[in-house]
Amino acid sequence: MNTIFSKSVVGRTGIEIEKTAKQVEDILDEKYKRQNDAELPEVSELDVIRHYTNLSRQNFSVDTHFYPLGSCTMKYNPKINEAVSRLSGFTSIHPITPYINYLLCQGALEVIYNLSYLLCEITGMKKITTQPYAGAHGELTGILLMAAYHKAKGNKKKYVIVPESAHGTNPASAAMGGYSIISIPVNNRGEMDIELFKEKISEEVAGIMMTVPSTLGVFESNILKIIEIVHKYDAIAYYDGANLNAILGKMRPGDVGFDVVHINLHKTFATPHGGGGPGSGVVGVSDRLCDFLPVPFVERNKDGRYFLDFSVKKSIGHVASFFGNFGVLLKAYAYIIMLGKEGLIDAAEKAVLNANYVLKKLKEYYYLPYDRTCMHEVVFTAKNQLKNGVHAMDVAKYLIDKGIHPPTVYFPLVVEEAIMIEPTETESKQTLDNFIDVMIEIAKLAETEPEKIKNAPSGTLISRPDETKAAREIKLTCDI
Amino acid sequence: MAKFTPHTENEVKEMLEVIGVKKVDDLFNDISKELRPKSFSLPSGKTEYEVKEIFETLANKNKNLILFAGAGYYDHFVPAAIDAITSRAEFYTAYTPYQPEASQGTLQAIFEYQTAISRLTGLPYSNASLYDGGTALYEAIAMAVRTNARQRILIDAGVNPIFVNIVKTYIINQSLNIEIIDLKDFHCDKETMKSKLDESISCIVVQNPNFFGFIDDYEELFKIAKEKNICCISVFNPVSLSILKTPGEMGADIAVAEGQSLGMDLCFGGPYLGILATTKDYLRKMPGRIVGKTIDKNGKECFVLTLQAREQHIKREKATSNICSNQALCALRAVVYLSLLGKNGFKNLGLLNLQKTEELKSKLKEIKAIEVIKGDTFNEFPIKIKQPINNIVNKMLEKNILAGVPASLFYKNMQDILIISVTEKRTDNELYRFVEELKKIV
Amino acid sequence: MNVKNGYYYTKEHEWAYISGNRAKVGITDYAQHKLGDITYVDVVQTGKVVKQFEVLTGVESVKAASDVYSPLSGKVIAFNSKLTDSPELINKSPYDEGYIAEIEISDNSEIKNLMDAENYKKYLEGLEK
Repeated sequence: MNTIFSKSVVGRTGIEIEKTAKQVEDILDEKYKRQNDAELPEVSELDVIRHYTNLSRQNFSVDTHFYPLGSCTMKYNPKINEAVSRLSGFTSIHPITPYINYLLCQGALEVIYNLSYLLCEITGMKKITTQPYAGAHGELTGILLMAAYHKAKGNKKKYVIVPESAHGTNPASAAMGGYSIISIPVNNRGEMDIELFKEKISEEVAGIMMTVPSTLGVFESNILKIIEIVHKYDAIAYYDGANLNAILGKMRPGDVGFDVVHINLHKTFATPHGGGGPGSGVVGVSDRLCDFLPVPFVERNKDGRYFLDFSVKKSIGHVASFFGNFGVLLKAYAYIIMLGKEGLIDAAEKAVLNANYVLKKLKEYYYLPYDRTCMHEVVFTAKNQLKNGVHAMDVAKYLIDKGIHPPTVYFPLVVEEAIMIEPTETESKQTLDNFIDVMIEIAKLAETEPEKIKNAPSGTLISRPDETKAAREIKLTCDI
Repeated sequence: MAKFTPHTENEVKEMLEVIGVKKVDDLFNDISKELRPKSFSLPSGKTEYEVKEIFETLANKNKNLILFAGAGYYDHFVPAAIDAITSRAEFYTAYTPYQPEASQGTLQAIFEYQTAISRLTGLPYSNASLYDGGTALYEAIAMAVRTNARQRILIDAGVNPIFVNIVKTYIINQSLNIEIIDLKDFHCDKETMKSKLDESISCIVVQNPNFFGFIDDYEELFKIAKEKNICCISVFNPVSLSILKTPGEMGADIAVAEGQSLGMDLCFGGPYLGILATTKDYLRKMPGRIVGKTIDKNGKECFVLTLQAREQHIKREKATSNICSNQALCALRAVVYLSLLGKNGFKNLGLLNLQKTEELKSKLKEIKAIEVIKGDTFNEFPIKIKQPINNIVNKMLEKNILAGVPASLFYKNMQDILIISVTEKRTDNELYRFVEELKKIV
Repeated sequence: MNVKNGYYYTKEHEWAYISGNRAKVGITDYAQHKLGDITYVDVVQTGKVVKQFEVLTGVESVKAASDVYSPLSGKVIAFNSKLTDSPELINKSPYDEGYIAEIEISDNSEIKNLMDAENYKKYLEGLEK
């Protein structure tokens, strides 16, 4: 195996730092020391650079390939965001600094304060906490806020309602918060069935978690009525912000009555996905929940100085060590001020335009379960292709051969053989046309030469890994 | 104004024609009037150079201090090669490696990270990372509870209070009960801990070195705990494992850490790295993403995300955790860091931290007004001063030195304790200045 | 889908094969087909007391995880330990070698809450629609 460990040569060193005095080894008693040195690689800096640079070239990425992953918003990550987040005035600051003397990090505190203010205006919420490190983390925070609200009021609540189309993190988060789930089916328009919802809502429901537009890419037209009913039972309405990109400047969750919102900065606000993190899932709340927010808060006093406020009356405590993924907050802040009002509205408009263009061009080739205007993403299925034994996964693998990262497949679970396409607004018509051509090619091949698709990919370094073997014979390190 | 949307007017027209609507607004007809924003007053967009200036001004409003503060987050040297690799677009603009054929780079890098962590901790299995040290500690506790279905947790008071605060918040709605075992002379009170071990305890949590910097050996404590089927969780300092006894050697079941020390900038709180490693017994309870090795249809070795059935996208409310994102790019930083330093460099780094810390300790022992608390340490230690700590710290700040972390921030009855950290970055000159300035104040 | 005569079935696709006051239990051919390659089976502790239709154990495949509910109330007297190293036995032989556990039945009358082979076949046909 060609791992960095396999490139080791005994005695080779990489980075040199100062040498230590010989007697340092004797400072500590033997009983405190590890028996053998950790078997880390013994390679040169060039070895490391070459190894990881070559590894990187085995990846698809937004900067190299069209990446229409539904639900992920793989939009272009502007480079200015990277540049400003690396300024040493930000990277070298110890997070404990404002706890000791807030005057020494006014710049960092101002970033958090300003970003929070802008996100409140964008979402219509009252206050923001930047602590949650990711969307799922934001959801858990929202659930904890929900629970704190009910505890303070003495409400006895047991359930959280989610639509069947919800992302898996929704029920998982609610369960972590101690709630049981009631799942409401989706109707034939792709929206949560409001009649079935009305049957299930009760005094025992703590809240509802909704994504708007839904994970099927369509707008939830009953949203006002649903939230009205939720509030009637003194339950909390949670907005999963995964699809916020579709409604920037067109709707604000706070205005329609949502009590708590999480925002995926790594989706809507263009911070990079990093191969699976770090992200940021900042949470915004309405008046009802302000008293429960995590501490500390960044506030500004009348002299224009930013400081840490610990006075949140019934705070749930801490969901992060300090202020969340600050490095990610910086990038989102840069993105928002660069785009400004018009740029953000434009992003939503072009995202929705691109998705509908793809919808129109592909609907005669792929089955469209919800035949209506979509928002920023469109869900097809491989139903038509299935009769020749071609599955959504096969479509995905063939796309890889054509240099296109596949769309999301098999989510949402309510649609069998789902193919969820989210082009995002940063993609050009040419890129979309190329994708559409390949998808049509696949549809045609599925009829005439389905084997070609079932055997894909063939032009990649590896093809169709045995995932069963990976799960049955667990090998997580070079040693096992 | 920069928008990053490439559409020309003509293209928009063409696309609208294909779709069959007159204007882009028509695509939003589902959002009725009453749902439109009550307000959307944001400033207008800015040019790239305007943004750059704004950020440079903001960055300059933060003071560059000489850091002797730790508390779990350390000022270590971050090699330039790390940024060079993690700023490769193929790594940082990639998504989660759900399509293995399109992401062998990320998958292999994480596999190597898992290997490095396993070798560092002496425990066979690591996951692909969690958000940070505090949330990783919660996940470890959750693993224990899920395994033995017991409700009580014993945590030594020397475990990082920043982590413990997160755990306390996370379990608000769960029927779990945390008991903090008070310190004895700033060390873990192992006797008291032992006396409280019984069949109702799910897990015990200790930290090495502890929040005050003190080193200890928990092998015997763990042995006794395991006889009662209690899960032993060890919080560690990653750089200290260059020389200190590993959680594996002590017999820990689960080891967690804040991985920031392994090549991440302090960056005002994140992004950081939650490290979690464990034994075979707890493997399937491990949360988050895990990369495994397998072969493809042609028999070629390759990597995939595995054990995904544990994760939220399959098990939903029965998932081991709700976690979705990990900190992939930070895990990459860590494995690159450990590879750059390598077996010998990493050990040398540990010894250097130890050496410089001992140097400062011995110099401070010569100051009458200061008591250097007794005990073995790695790169952090507490001192006791009879004067108001905050005064001293603020006076040192006037000299651009962040002298340490006042323990009173986290421990109510320790108003006279300052926790000082010394890493390889502290030069002889900085150490000298620290002592001289402190002498003037006390 | 293979349905074995003489076995009893649940709506969640578990089966019970009764001999005297004992029953071997497992999941049906339909269930193993839906789950895909089984990668793991949670060990069931001997002596565990289970109630009819409550969770007995869990099985995992590459793409899914599923609870297995006990078809009858009783006490677990054996777990098919072969499943630890060879979970694929459930796929290959769901009604024989791939059985999951054996229980001592505590209440015979509960059998009336289960379907026989004919009724389970009909039930499956209904699902396929």
